[in-house]
Amino acid sequence: MSLTNETIKARLIEKFGDQVSHFEEPYGLLTFEAPKDYNLKVMQFLFDDPELRFQFLTDLCGVHYPDQPGRELAVVYHLHNLLDNIRIRFKVFTPIEKPDIFTATQLYSSSNWMERETYDFYGVNFVGHPNLKRILNVDEMDYFPLRKEYPLEDQTRIDKDDAMFGR
Amino acid sequence: MLGTGTFAACFFIKFQLTLMSRPVRFNINAKKADVKDNISLADMPEGFTGEGFFATKLGDVVGLARKNSIWPLPFATSCCGIEFMATMASHYDLGRFGAERLGFSPRQCDLLMVMGTIAKKMGPIVKQVYLQMAEPRWVIAVGACASSGGIFDTYSVLQGIDQIVPVDVYVPGCPPRPEAILDGFMRIQDLVGQETLRRRNGDHYKALLGTYGIQ
Repeated sequence: MSLTNETIKARLIEKFGDQVSHFEEPYGLLTFEAPKDYNLKVMQFLFDDPELRFQFLTDLCGVHYPDQPGRELAVVYHLHNLLDNIRIRFKVFTPIEKPDIFTATQLYSSSNWMERETYDFYGVNFVGHPNLKRILNVDEMDYFPLRKEYPLEDQTRIDKDDAMFGR
Repeated sequence: MLGTGTFAACFFIKFQLTLMSRPVRFNINAKKADVKDNISLADMPEGFTGEGFFATKLGDVVGLARKNSIWPLPFATSCCGIEFMATMASHYDLGRFGAERLGFSPRQCDLLMVMGTIAKKMGPIVKQVYLQMAEPRWVIAVGACASSGGIFDTYSVLQGIDQIVPVDVYVPGCPPRPEAILDGFMRIQDLVGQETLRRRNGDHYKALLGTYGIQ
């Protein structure tokens, strides 16, 4: 029987019960969510299972939702089953005061730099990461640029005319 | 019958093709290049001439020599680098102006051409390259991003390289056309030709470098 979104969903619910939730399929990509303490367990299950075999981490990124108190920062994992060509998306949410998430570097080596980028731009602290420091921005930067709390433009410019720039 | 006829025709055409190439269609009557008045010569500096001698200022002669043989260092980062490649190519030849030899080593170059977006993380590297250049050195900022940050008014882009190195000529444009880059280069040539030999040792220049933190 070929692997479909329904079978994946059934296997996940069978294994984790109601820890996995919010199943959606935007554009045919199965998306679900789990509590942040379960992220490694879920990914390990998806990796080891002989039928599911999601052994390729395509992307690891962060999202900042300022309007959801207690669930502001999300880390999104895109996993891919190369043998059956199925992709799924897996999200974990964390409050912004203490954004600790277990690192996936033991399972996927490619998550090393992707977690550094997520730390650089959102401030998500990956517990157990071997080298968590800024990767794309200047090392001395003291804020996290892609959080929606900071203005996009460089505030040190003094020569930009407000009228000409539509402000 | 039909088979043998066509077979023979194919064989004949193939024979033609192997023996002589297909006829040339373009550029058959090439024009001879008109070089009678189209060669530009550098003008002589003003001086005092006589039988067998010519006296002029040393600064003028040195400036003339320097400006017609600038060795640029292309620091091409993004899209303006492609326009620079077009400028170096045969159509808008930069070699006509004496800049035939591009070096990628700052130790051997006169002109640092910064072309493209410079991120804040790249700033210290540009400064390091500038510091490694030997006097006399000039800097040209090609394009909007190098001049002022361009359209990238954001946390990661340096808003103009004049925040880290002193710039002589700015070429605006996004990207500037090769003619504009050549125009900027010609203005650098004007600056080089008219510079006094003692400028780099003077206090004003030292103060200028001091504002950038360069000794």
